[in-house]
Amino acid sequence: MNPTLTIATPEAVMFWFMAPLAVVAALGMLLVKKAVHSAILLAWVMITLAFFYIAQGALFLGIVQVVVYTGAVMMLFLFILMLVGVDSSDSLTETIRGLRPIAITAALGFGGLMVSLIGRATLGREAVGLEVANAGGNVQGLAQLLFSTYVWPFEVVSALLITAALGAMVLAHHQRTVARPTQREQAVNRFRSGSLASAAGLPGPGVFARHNAVDVPALLPDGSAAPSSISATLKARGDVIDSSAYQLDNVDTTVTEEK
Amino acid sequence: MNPYNYLYVAAILFTIGAVGVVVRRNAIVVFMCVELMLNASNLTLTTFSRINGDLNGQVVAFFTMVIAACEVVVGLAIIVTIFRSRRSSSIDDASLLKR
Repeated sequence: MNPTLTIATPEAVMFWFMAPLAVVAALGMLLVKKAVHSAILLAWVMITLAFFYIAQGALFLGIVQVVVYTGAVMMLFLFILMLVGVDSSDSLTETIRGLRPIAITAALGFGGLMVSLIGRATLGREAVGLEVANAGGNVQGLAQLLFSTYVWPFEVVSALLITAALGAMVLAHHQRTVARPTQREQAVNRFRSGSLASAAGLPGPGVFARHNAVDVPALLPDGSAAPSSISATLKARGDVIDSSAYQLDNVDTTVTEEK
Repeated sequence: MNPYNYLYVAAILFTIGAVGVVVRRNAIVVFMCVELMLNASNLTLTTFSRINGDLNGQVVAFFTMVIAACEVVVGLAIIVTIFRSRRSSSIDDASLLKR
């Protein structure tokens, strides 16, 4: 009745090329320190899985994998990473003593069990392949199932999606506990708190007309650099140029105190 | 090559994801590892759908994707809420119930 499954050479080549890469990327996801790098490696694993789906005759799932996972879900992950702070790298110190060896031992046991189980189990019949099931088109076949056998789960899932969207909105909604300060209150606070120097605004970067880039700190009257003229992010990154090279030579920078 | 090789890859990816959930401390990375586990199970479903010549597995994998999308939306909203109150995305810092 059904033809037995034969896998063509191109698919085998694709599999042996992509599968080790996917496993290496997944391992790298565990080992890299920065969350952004983990996200990029995970995106690669998901693209590999999309290849596998399409190779296995699941055309619709392959496209959905790219659109939904690598498109929407990974974008959401990166968005939240930007919101929470890209610099928040994981502290790799163990908080529970001996957790890592136990986890790795358990994983080796679990993985070995799964792999040996798959290796020993047989279905008792030949693999069939999707040629017959996909004869009228993969999308058409899926639609037929989705809107006949699975129409009730389909509707329940749509309700779940709407509930999740509402839940995310409720969770992300931020209720103010105090009234937003008016411009007048902000101005008053600026003059009352700290020094009058900060009330007038921070000094801008750059030295005279010689170099006005944002990474060149302004010079104070005594010739030293003004740290408040540079953005804190640039300072943390170390992208600050020494501005003393742009000093005017014929300006007397010695400070004489007036009595 | 036989189609069971896809099952081995799925099992390995699932195991790696499970280790990541236990070992990593950043809540976002933990979430990504959960996604990896869901993806591995999807690969298993698709492979069995091919072995059996039956599209039901692909429909279930499609439902899994929808559930994963819901889970990510709510989970990331929870992470943002925790981050807003604790200024941290580490799962060790959300330990009020322990004390």
